[in-house]
Amino acid sequence: MSELIDLTAAQAAKLTRAGELDPAELFEAYRARAAGDELNAFTWVADVAPAGPPAAGAPLGGVPLAVKDLFCTEGVPSQAGSRILEGYRPPYTATVVAQLAAGGAPLLGKTNQDEFAMGSSNENSGYGPVLNPWDRSRVPGGSSGGSAAAVAAGLAPWAIGTDTGGSIRQPAALCGIVGLKPTYGACSRYGMIAFASSLDQAGPLTRDVTDAAMLLAHMIGHDERDSTSLPFPGEIALPAREDLRGVRFGVPEELAGDGIEPGVLDSFRATLELAKRLGATVEPCTLPHAPHALSAYYLIAPAEASANLARYDGVRYGLRVDAPDLISMYTRTRSAGFGPEVKRRIMLGTYALSSGYYDAYYGTAQKVRTMIAEDFRAVFEGFDFVVTPTSPWTAFELGAKTADPLAMYLNDFCTVPMPLAGIPAVSIPSGLSAGLPVGFQLAGPAFSESRLLDAAYALEQAIGFDGSAARR
Amino acid sequence: MLDSAQVLHVARLARLELTDDELEKMASELSKVLQHIETISELDLDRVPPTSHVVDVVNALRADEPQPCLPRKVALASAPDPVDGGFGVPSPGAA
Repeated sequence: MSELIDLTAAQAAKLTRAGELDPAELFEAYRARAAGDELNAFTWVADVAPAGPPAAGAPLGGVPLAVKDLFCTEGVPSQAGSRILEGYRPPYTATVVAQLAAGGAPLLGKTNQDEFAMGSSNENSGYGPVLNPWDRSRVPGGSSGGSAAAVAAGLAPWAIGTDTGGSIRQPAALCGIVGLKPTYGACSRYGMIAFASSLDQAGPLTRDVTDAAMLLAHMIGHDERDSTSLPFPGEIALPAREDLRGVRFGVPEELAGDGIEPGVLDSFRATLELAKRLGATVEPCTLPHAPHALSAYYLIAPAEASANLARYDGVRYGLRVDAPDLISMYTRTRSAGFGPEVKRRIMLGTYALSSGYYDAYYGTAQKVRTMIAEDFRAVFEGFDFVVTPTSPWTAFELGAKTADPLAMYLNDFCTVPMPLAGIPAVSIPSGLSAGLPVGFQLAGPAFSESRLLDAAYALEQAIGFDGSAARR
Repeated sequence: MLDSAQVLHVARLARLELTDDELEKMASELSKVLQHIETISELDLDRVPPTSHVVDVVNALRADEPQPCLPRKVALASAPDPVDGGFGVPSPGAA
């Protein structure tokens, strides 16, 4: 069985498609591992393998998929890490989950997450924190921490998550795996329990870049049920590039110096040297408004969240706390069902949108957002990709930042500018610092995913990161 | 900086009820976060248009054709208090 677990998803899919591996055996091997999860990475695991083999020639080969809890899946608990949705079983399935199932990736289980995707450590889950498989006294990152930990620990061959301000890339970095946030609109948001609708995007969390490309190829596309989704220009090919000749990397001084842990910076610089040896040019660039991205993000995302989460009112689904009148029922239900971080963000967002403060906060943040997008546009005139460390530090200890919300928000320093600009970015493992994984982030212009994955693949081959220790 | 009266006002708008402990903590935590956020007021943004959408798209339209919707029974399956084929709630005027 250990051999099965050491196959990447793409390798496993190749064997099942060739008839050399029984997909039912593969599913059961992972099902058993997921059911024995000691990391609290899963909130629900399938009882049995899906009936029958995957459709002949299904490109994803029956390789089972772990899905972040907030993707609605028909008849399966979909709680978004919140007690207010405890036991909720939606009557429909999110488009990306349906597309991946049709491609041959059946649902293995639902993964733990920060409540409504608000968090950078998974400690905000209503169902307990997830542990990092590299060191169980540490966080896996968040909010897609369950998906990241499950893939890193070999409890799932591959997984999907969502990224609003870094929620795919940061946990991927802290767990030593690959995480991609696609261009805004590349994947349908239909059936994703919403956090901040102008930022939320689904994406893959995988063991390597090839697996990420395979999943992404089945996630993209216009969906009539999400009017912000767009037809993806071109196709997502499997990455094959082995050098970086002619590729121009821009290193923004604002996101790759001050405030980054020394061990992370060492790994980042070593990766830049490797990129040069592969033929890339590496030059400094500037994103002058990037230091303000965090402020803009923590106004825009909570503002949108405060509106999106108004639906949890005890009327149609989820928790209800009885009360003699309607307003008291709403208030008691929401106060009992939401955790502290969700309340904090609803309060922040409601304040930012309230009469007399709208222009100073929300309106100003949306202008900063314009400038951040402009900064990227200017950089991409001279560079192919912007590269930064994914997270300012490696996985920290459970409880280390829970008492200080602002310190927790600083986790997202290097990852928030990209969703504000709507552009894609990928994190790949670049090595270890004191035994813990470090992530290297590449961001490109809108819809540059294929080029981005190609460059990430070339780097990945040169880095030769070995994540097998986390699967033992 | 937020005082507890402002926090209570916002909590009422957000339909949240805070205990005294939560109220005090919320006021100090939100004040600290807002203090960090307020650095954006130093930027000169007078001529900058606010972002309305990150990708350059014009209206997303589709044909207005009837589609099947969820059967009533399915839509009500998760309701805490289904009543006569609808969602039961306490009276807005009671209390």
